[in-house]
Amino acid sequence: MELLFDSLNILLRWDVMIALLFGSIGGVIIGAIPGVGAAVAIAILLPASFSMDPIVGLTALLGVYGSSMYGGAIPAILINTPGTAVNALTTYDGYPMTVRGEARRALSLAYTASFFGGIFAIICLIFLSPILAKIAPHFGSREIFLASLLGIILVVLAHKGQVLIAGALASFGIWLNTIGLEPIQYSKRYTFGQSWLSGGVDLIVVILGLFAISQAIFLLTDKDKSQKAKAVSGSFFNGFRELLIFKRVATVGASFGVIMGMIPGVGEFTAQFMSYTAARRGSKEPAKFGNGAPEGLIASEASNNAVPAAAMIPLLALGIPGEALTAMMLSVFYVHNVVPGPQLFQNQLDFVIALYIALIILNIMVIIFLLFSTNLLLNIIRIPTHFLGLSILTLSFVGVYSLRNSSIDCAIAGFFGLLGFILKRLNLPIVPIILGMVLGGIMEVKLRTSMMRVDSPFDFINRPIAFILFLIIVLVISSYLLDIVRSISKKRFN
Amino acid sequence: MKNLKNQKVRLISAELIFVGMFSLASIFLASQLGEQTKFSSSGKLFSQPAFWPAIGVLGMSIFSIFHIVLNVHRISSSNPVKEIMTWVRSLEFLGWFMVYVFFVPLLGYLISTILFTTLLAFRMGYRNSKILFFAFSLGVSIVVIFKTVLSVKIPGGLLYEFLPGVFRNFMIVNF
Repeated sequence: MELLFDSLNILLRWDVMIALLFGSIGGVIIGAIPGVGAAVAIAILLPASFSMDPIVGLTALLGVYGSSMYGGAIPAILINTPGTAVNALTTYDGYPMTVRGEARRALSLAYTASFFGGIFAIICLIFLSPILAKIAPHFGSREIFLASLLGIILVVLAHKGQVLIAGALASFGIWLNTIGLEPIQYSKRYTFGQSWLSGGVDLIVVILGLFAISQAIFLLTDKDKSQKAKAVSGSFFNGFRELLIFKRVATVGASFGVIMGMIPGVGEFTAQFMSYTAARRGSKEPAKFGNGAPEGLIASEASNNAVPAAAMIPLLALGIPGEALTAMMLSVFYVHNVVPGPQLFQNQLDFVIALYIALIILNIMVIIFLLFSTNLLLNIIRIPTHFLGLSILTLSFVGVYSLRNSSIDCAIAGFFGLLGFILKRLNLPIVPIILGMVLGGIMEVKLRTSMMRVDSPFDFINRPIAFILFLIIVLVISSYLLDIVRSISKKRFN
Repeated sequence: MKNLKNQKVRLISAELIFVGMFSLASIFLASQLGEQTKFSSSGKLFSQPAFWPAIGVLGMSIFSIFHIVLNVHRISSSNPVKEIMTWVRSLEFLGWFMVYVFFVPLLGYLISTILFTTLLAFRMGYRNSKILFFAFSLGVSIVVIFKTVLSVKIPGGLLYEFLPGVFRNFMIVNF
């Protein structure tokens, strides 16, 4: 009880509440604009949060992170264009419902399913906390190294059909992280005699370039489009009642979101597809899926909204991000002097609980906001793409320049903007670069520390958790190789 | 359908050109490993400063070369020039961005941002006074939100030095 009061004490401040309110509503608005997304918003807002009190800056960005998917469902349902990439599956059943005049019902179901998914994941997170608090201290350097290695392998292998290029880009991220002064012997690495490279390449500059500037260029070079959506009339509260009818679909969907969210590199897409497939299999009318089945909509939204809270589990307990947004959140934590990892659960459990409560509050704020202001949000969808592009480019400047007031940082961000633009045009993955940078840094430090205490390679895996992680790595790689062998022999047979 | 297929083929060719350039850069970086990193004779392999850069550049080279080798049969006779021209066209917007970066320390954040948003909106083909006014307002709003309200660290412009005392300070602090 004392712990709960301590946590509430951290949160119950007017500036924290305002930050949470602005973050969560801002996240919904950003999510509702096709072509922006939480990654762009967090990248831009991250440097702006430096001047804030750590908990204020953290909750504001946590608000954006946790709420953008709510907003993304609106254009997905009304104009068949997902606001964020993870709302793509929502269009399958949401838009057909709009076409047959059930837009209000679809939106109401999407909001309530998202709310259910979000709250379900936070409850799981709360119940898992005591277990995490017990397990996390057993993660020493070698376990964290192996977990990071597993994370990077999963992220690369998650890009089916693009595994080799994903591996090359993850390696590029690892290499980028090594530029500058090396922390132990203070020797320079890949600076080519340039003093401005001695400090290394800043992760935030790379993130802003790859996500924000690239997206701005993408929108500016594309055709100018302006979407229009009809206003929706009536109450959105019926969704709660209807969700009760489909409670099994919602629970299964949210469970997939929690499980997949915890595994690095897997995330929302896999969770959604598994949840959608399970809902279709369990449905009495599977043929309706893809043609406006409410169960399909619920399965998709409940699972994708459960992921953000679940993805916080490896991030908070081990300090290991599983995808781009959690990698950004890791930067947010570092910037605000909060170091996620086993120590966090041991020494700052009140802070962890405060984060959970903040997540609950933001979900409540968002659902209330959405139930009353959907038609207001429709105006945002109408912003022309070129105007959106120039807005993002202008905002990117604040993000990069406010870091160190450096024109060189802006030029570096511009270079990564161009790289990100080309990768987007070619449909090649960007996320492995970011995770390569973040996890590469963690792996370098942890491997060095752990190798000091081992004599032979077998000592490295002589602890139970290290051994289990090693086995999982072997299993993941072997099953991938087995898949390749199978597909080759299948091709030959055909 | 045929157009879509052509576009896919064009992208595959462009993809291989991009990955080819990436491979060449990786090989160059790998060739610089001895020059640009330290490898001392004492100490374990894992604690060498050169170890992780080596993992990075070797991974970049090996994976990208394999990607080319396994996809080279997908190259068609269609040329990827149109796609590459789109990449080149994007440089214009990077140019706009860098000019904006150049002018902020000279003209100050407010004037540079208003000029940037309004002129870029004009460049993008917006001639409607309503949209141009929105672009102007966007510039003002961004400056007010980030510099005035959130006190983001962006220095005052050189131009502000010519303003009278109190007004000069006011502009440096807020805009």
